[in-house]
Amino acid sequence: MSSRILSMAQAINEAIAEEMRAQPELTLLGQDIGAYGGTFGVYRGLYEEFGPERVRDGPLCESGTVGFGIGLAISGMRAVVELEFIDFAPLALDQIVNQAAKMHYFYGGQLTVPLVIRAPIASRIGMGPQHSQSLESWFMHAPGLKVAIPSNAYDAKGLMKTALRDPNPVVFIENVKLYGARCETPEKEYFIPFGQARVMREGTSATVVALSATVPEAMAAAEALAEERISVEVIDPRSLSPLDSGTIAASVRKTGRLLVTHDGYRTCGVAAEISQRVIEEAFDYLNAPIMRVAGADAPVPSSPLYRQAVPTREALIEAVRQLMK
Amino acid sequence: MAELKLQDRNDDPRAAHLSLYRQMLTIRFFEEKAIELFSQGLIPGSTHPCIGQEAIAVGACAALRPDDFALATYRGHGVAIAKGSPPRNLMAELLTRVTGCSRGRGGSMHLCDVERGLLGTNAIVAAHIPIAGGVALASKLRRRPQVTACFFGDGATCEGEFFETLNMAALWRVPLILICENNGYAISVPTSLSQSTPNIADRAAGFGIPGVIVDGNDPLAVMGAVETAAARARAGEGPTLIECKTVRWERHSAFSSGKYADPQEALKWKTVDPIPRFAAILREGGTGQEELDREVAAAKAEVEVAVEFALNSPHPGPETIYEGVFAEDVFARE
Repeated sequence: MSSRILSMAQAINEAIAEEMRAQPELTLLGQDIGAYGGTFGVYRGLYEEFGPERVRDGPLCESGTVGFGIGLAISGMRAVVELEFIDFAPLALDQIVNQAAKMHYFYGGQLTVPLVIRAPIASRIGMGPQHSQSLESWFMHAPGLKVAIPSNAYDAKGLMKTALRDPNPVVFIENVKLYGARCETPEKEYFIPFGQARVMREGTSATVVALSATVPEAMAAAEALAEERISVEVIDPRSLSPLDSGTIAASVRKTGRLLVTHDGYRTCGVAAEISQRVIEEAFDYLNAPIMRVAGADAPVPSSPLYRQAVPTREALIEAVRQLMK
Repeated sequence: MAELKLQDRNDDPRAAHLSLYRQMLTIRFFEEKAIELFSQGLIPGSTHPCIGQEAIAVGACAALRPDDFALATYRGHGVAIAKGSPPRNLMAELLTRVTGCSRGRGGSMHLCDVERGLLGTNAIVAAHIPIAGGVALASKLRRRPQVTACFFGDGATCEGEFFETLNMAALWRVPLILICENNGYAISVPTSLSQSTPNIADRAAGFGIPGVIVDGNDPLAVMGAVETAAARARAGEGPTLIECKTVRWERHSAFSSGKYADPQEALKWKTVDPIPRFAAILREGGTGQEELDREVAAAKAEVEVAVEFALNSPHPGPETIYEGVFAEDVFARE
């Protein structure tokens, strides 16, 4: 089977298009998703192929849109809703957290909510404090939600395919900075299960767990550190709920050192949960305190100051050097 | 009896009316029992009775077909009964037993009976309104002649989701019937302190859909309005907002404290009690007192059986806490 170089936006588009063909009732809801093709072009061509009923451009109302999506989903019609920016998720938070996440449970399993909530993050393009947040940890904190957060086109396609077959609500978090990033992506159908971290680069000196837009930064840092004979293992969890702490703990047993990095705010960020799980699963193997290089606990300022708010490869290189001392 | 169909009414209107009476009685006794069981500590959390508002659920559901959908609020026991859900499974749910309609997970505020089209009662005010819109959209996309009835209180009409749904439902002409049970209070706040206009139904005009006001204590008036709305919805003409004016006799919930209702007003409420009012109509139509008494006895007995069934059912075991967090998990239904 052939493989092409696709951008992450193209890969997500391809996964959705494949499932739109496979599932005649799959419906997309959101603002700007019609002929416009989505705020970031992820839906390009879908309106033309599947028409206005299934690619349903709608009003600007996050809560109503997610609510309608839940209504379709509990009727057995899988839906994808688009929030344009994850910063707008708070407008729909009740529907996501109190409704979609819990309905299967509190109705004794009678209803299921096969709903994908697409939530782009724009943490690295200087969009200002209300368009640049990485709120992924919020959704890990809601039992009943699955959370996928790809860092490249290959994973994005396989994870979106899985999301579109999952009977549960999935918050699918896409970093806008990565939409243009290209890599080999198979043309054939494939699925990447949730809860399986990917070892992006093997190493023996330290483990770096990175999410979303910090993955390429961590890879670049590992490349640079290799010249200093520091062998860094880079792991991308790919999904946060479920979280593959086993792969991370196994890596820490090998390296004895852990650094976690993400764009999300430091306090109560994903790193806090990953660190705790490693403490529970591999404490005796740690040769140094766990470190985190995370988003600053400050509103993300507008460009160019935003660069201070998110981890850079330089910061990662310096942190790993500290970790090795 | 619970599943009254349109054609039954045409065939034998007297029997159909008696069925409405019976359902209102079942709801009344069910709610009185719920308050009693709550005071005995047998219902955890809280419970929100719809005493005095029975005519809305009963009248509206009588205008629906069995495969139509209904979604309601935490004050939704009446809708569940009127939609045909067996009182014993509902009472068991109030008592959070495994035999409850939601397997003891939801309790009083989270009733569900998919088989009978009850797609949930909800504890977040107005959150179910867009969900009901989505259910109606699904029927439209599938070209099925089903309608969705969404019940909510006056308080919910102050929430943004009410307005968002009016807009989207009207825009997409989905087969949705929005039924506002205006009982005059949002917990303690009277509508005079919460509503900018005297009639909630007036808001429909802003969305280009019909807004209808009916006497919410008259099941036939409610039924007529919902029939008209359902016909419109099935014809592809979109949603209708129906405001049912009623009164709340009881406190917001069995848990609530505070005196916000004038006790003198309570006496007035009893004069608009839908049950004796409807009994009088039935007597005028030739139904004998004996027949009415039989319905009272039968409704009481049904609720007694429901309570007995609930009390004899176990709570879910502690080992089941994680069952059903995700849909792959299989519930151990006994």
